[in-house]
Amino acid sequence: MTTAPALSQPVTGAPQPPEARRAQPLFASTSAGVADAGAPVRLAVMKLDFFYGLFHALKNITMDFYDRQVTALIGPSGCGKSTLLRVFNRIYSLYPDQRATGRITLDGRDILSAAIDVNELRSRVGMVFQKPTPFPMSIYDNVAFGMRLYEKLSKAEVDERVEGALRKAALWDEVKDKLKQSGMGLSGGQQQRLCIARTVAQKPELILFDEPTSALDPISTGKIEELIEQLRTEFTIVIVTHNMQQAARISQFTAFMYLGELIEFGPTSTMFMNPMKKQTQDYITGRFG
Amino acid sequence: MTTVPAARPTTEAEIPWGRVRPQRQLADKTMKVVCIVSTAIGVFVLGWILGMLAWQGLTSLSPRVFTQVMPGPGSEGGGLANAIVGSLILTFLGIAVATPVGVLAGTYLAEYGKTSKLAEVVRFINDILLSAPSILIGLFVYTLMVQPMGGYSGWAGGVALAIIATPVIVRTTEDMLRLVPNTLREAGAALGAPPAHVIINISWRAARAGIVTGILLAMARIAGETAPLLFTALNNTFWFRPDLFGGVSNLPVTIYQFALSPYPNWQELAWAGALLITVTILGLSVVARFLIKKEVSR
Repeated sequence: MTTAPALSQPVTGAPQPPEARRAQPLFASTSAGVADAGAPVRLAVMKLDFFYGLFHALKNITMDFYDRQVTALIGPSGCGKSTLLRVFNRIYSLYPDQRATGRITLDGRDILSAAIDVNELRSRVGMVFQKPTPFPMSIYDNVAFGMRLYEKLSKAEVDERVEGALRKAALWDEVKDKLKQSGMGLSGGQQQRLCIARTVAQKPELILFDEPTSALDPISTGKIEELIEQLRTEFTIVIVTHNMQQAARISQFTAFMYLGELIEFGPTSTMFMNPMKKQTQDYITGRFG
Repeated sequence: MTTVPAARPTTEAEIPWGRVRPQRQLADKTMKVVCIVSTAIGVFVLGWILGMLAWQGLTSLSPRVFTQVMPGPGSEGGGLANAIVGSLILTFLGIAVATPVGVLAGTYLAEYGKTSKLAEVVRFINDILLSAPSILIGLFVYTLMVQPMGGYSGWAGGVALAIIATPVIVRTTEDMLRLVPNTLREAGAALGAPPAHVIINISWRAARAGIVTGILLAMARIAGETAPLLFTALNNTFWFRPDLFGGVSNLPVTIYQFALSPYPNWQELAWAGALLITVTILGLSVVARFLIKKEVSR
């Protein structure tokens, strides 16, 4: 375990300009930046259906994800939010009985088309999983893993990118003296930040977070949330979460899903203060789910 | 200071105590005694074998066992140098052939084949091979290599041992790869790594200690095999040819021949050889166990 810094301390390693260091009230309902309604569409989902064998898991989903905004997917277990996330990098295609129909475009390119190389797609769409998944190799190699796949880089360039990614993931100060040690030796929260660094290092266009804090303690969770807030300045982010406060804290847009359908989608502030559908209202206020 | 609470009445058990029947208690004790006695018998027999081996082996063990060639029938002195070197060569030959085949086949089963029909068939056949009588494998290689090549050879011996080692390695490799969590593979794929890259750099790495353990156990298994060598490498009381054609001396067959001989000198050398093999196998097993422990605790 790392020694826990006091909550009030800034936890990021990189020095930031003063204006970026905003106070973050922990439980205000929508503390993240206001939704930018004018942001361009990065990822567009049109009439998406998804099947696990014969089970119809996603039904006719149509929604947009905006550039450099955090979109939270919420809903009760089994509603299909993780499934939706797993379509965006086509990780589902590792399993032969799973298939998706419909159209999803990333920067205008249809990513469900057979012409797309899934590995290249995945190099552009990063994913952070529920449980930290450090590879059985050194911290340095963990971070360098992704970028080495698609880019010819000199040792100095790799060094620089690894340091930059670890700084962005607010992990640099904790690991800079033990880059050659195994990534498996870090604490859970550090491992998760290592996984974020690994994803960021690849300079993806979109980062998918699948319940990234559900296996972590509150302090590590706070660090990850702060991190996501900062990553938003550079990346478009989709996050699946079971924690409504978390969605309220870090997202600009929220989508509520139920039984494989998209019930409601809109700016987070509207969704939490003023939802249009009764189902959304009930879920958010904890009446079911 | 805590204040002592006022005395309160205690409740009484609704079901009275002491209701376990004497027969039940007797059965319990009997079961325990039977288990302990059975264990004691097993351990005693093992201890007896090892003790006998250590006693007889150590008294006949001397530096010349490692430096001199086997003595002729009825003559004094001599050692097992040629048999030791031969056994090492045959074992490493077998492992060198079995390791790539076994590790790659195990990888196919765990990473590619999974539950497909072909994988199920391969798995079934591998299990049969795992328990195949080793004398049959000796005969198989005899007809496959010794007969066509016109004579016994170390190569045939190595192949026979490889056939015995392969299923062990296939099995452990598959088992160890299956222990690698799928989320790790997904995480690799999510960074855009193609399947082969994920297998080599993530799955194999994560299962490395386990796979090496399997190879060590396979080595321990073939180091003491006698039957497959009888039909393939046979034996040689002199130094074998460097190209390994003709009989290649080895410990197991030497023990078999020397122990059955009427010459006390040969019998003593058989004890020494048996001790050497046992210590080697024991050593390999201990290292394997240590590796497994390290893997599990990680």
